[in-house]
Amino acid sequence: MTSATVWVVVLAASAVCFALKLAGHLVPEHWLADERVARTAALVTAALLAALVTVQTVGDGQALVVDARLPALGVAAVALALRAPFIVVVVLAAATAAGLRALGWG
Amino acid sequence: MTRPDDVPRPDAEPDAPASLDAEVEDAVEHAVEDEVRAAVRQAVSVSVATGLYGISFGALSVVAGLDVAQTMALSLLMFSGGSQFALIGVVGAGGAPGAAIATAGFLGVRNALYGAQLGPLLALRSWHKVVAAQFTIDESTAVATAQRSRRAVRAGFWWTGVGIFVLWNAMTLVGALAGDALGDPRAWGLDAAAAAAFLALLWPRLAARAMQLAAAAAVVVAAALIPVAPGGVPVLAAAAVAIVIGQVDARRRRAPGRPAPDTDQHPGKESS
Repeated sequence: MTSATVWVVVLAASAVCFALKLAGHLVPEHWLADERVARTAALVTAALLAALVTVQTVGDGQALVVDARLPALGVAAVALALRAPFIVVVVLAAATAAGLRALGWG
Repeated sequence: MTRPDDVPRPDAEPDAPASLDAEVEDAVEHAVEDEVRAAVRQAVSVSVATGLYGISFGALSVVAGLDVAQTMALSLLMFSGGSQFALIGVVGAGGAPGAAIATAGFLGVRNALYGAQLGPLLALRSWHKVVAAQFTIDESTAVATAQRSRRAVRAGFWWTGVGIFVLWNAMTLVGALAGDALGDPRAWGLDAAAAAAFLALLWPRLAARAMQLAAAAAVVVAAALIPVAPGGVPVLAAAAVAIVIGQVDARRRRAPGRPAPDTDQHPGKESS
């Protein structure tokens, strides 16, 4: 993407996100009160995040690769299971990948 | 839910002394003030914790190929962590512009549900709603809906929303400038940090069975599509799978009395 295209993406996506936020405050309450809507939205959020984890961990363009990111994600999962704060989880994952690469793997 | 400041004045006996009425009102007033103070304290601690990880967003955004101004525009205008990380993830993976916008938008849908939940609790005038909309995120909704009185709901919402907005943007700038100065992002493990950030956003949502199923299906679908589909498509396909799972799950719930074809005898098996 060129820089101009990225600007279009940033502004358009921001407008979409703001419109969604505002719509929630403006629509009559019962429209979104349907439990099915709320449940599906929650499922979509979880699925998107899981897919993003996958793409970021084993994706490399259009190739599937196993490198230092996978063990780093394992460390992040252990940290999350131990209820570490967000910033600690992210730093531990980065340190793991950086350390493995410094040792010449991944 | 009881809302102390919505409670009608206690019906005093006609001949009760007026001071008793005033005392009750005083006690309610003190309780509400205590609750407002507690809400503000909670808001500040949530703001500091959340604002800090703006550093990782800023750094990862410039690593993904956005410049500092574009990164700041996202934190100022989009202001929704999940959508921001998603957008830079798709851009960084070489996805199409439409896929980047759609992914960020899908992750922003939950904010619409938050707004609908907050509307009646905040009871704001129309133009205040426009301002409140921008501060409607996971954390401000969580703090606001945890309060009981209207004043505490409003205090929790505004202090959390504005507090995170200020810190998130300041830390985004710090991260973006640092990321710019780092050089090779892989040597610093920043690509793994991006994956870990998504995992940390996902983690608290995995308590329910259906969410685990949706997440697992998304991993399989995304991994299967990476080699064959253009960038951004694997992520959007996962959203489609979740919608299907949601429909199936809803149909199953709508017919709780109907005997299942298999030996589903346990009444408690219909978990959340």
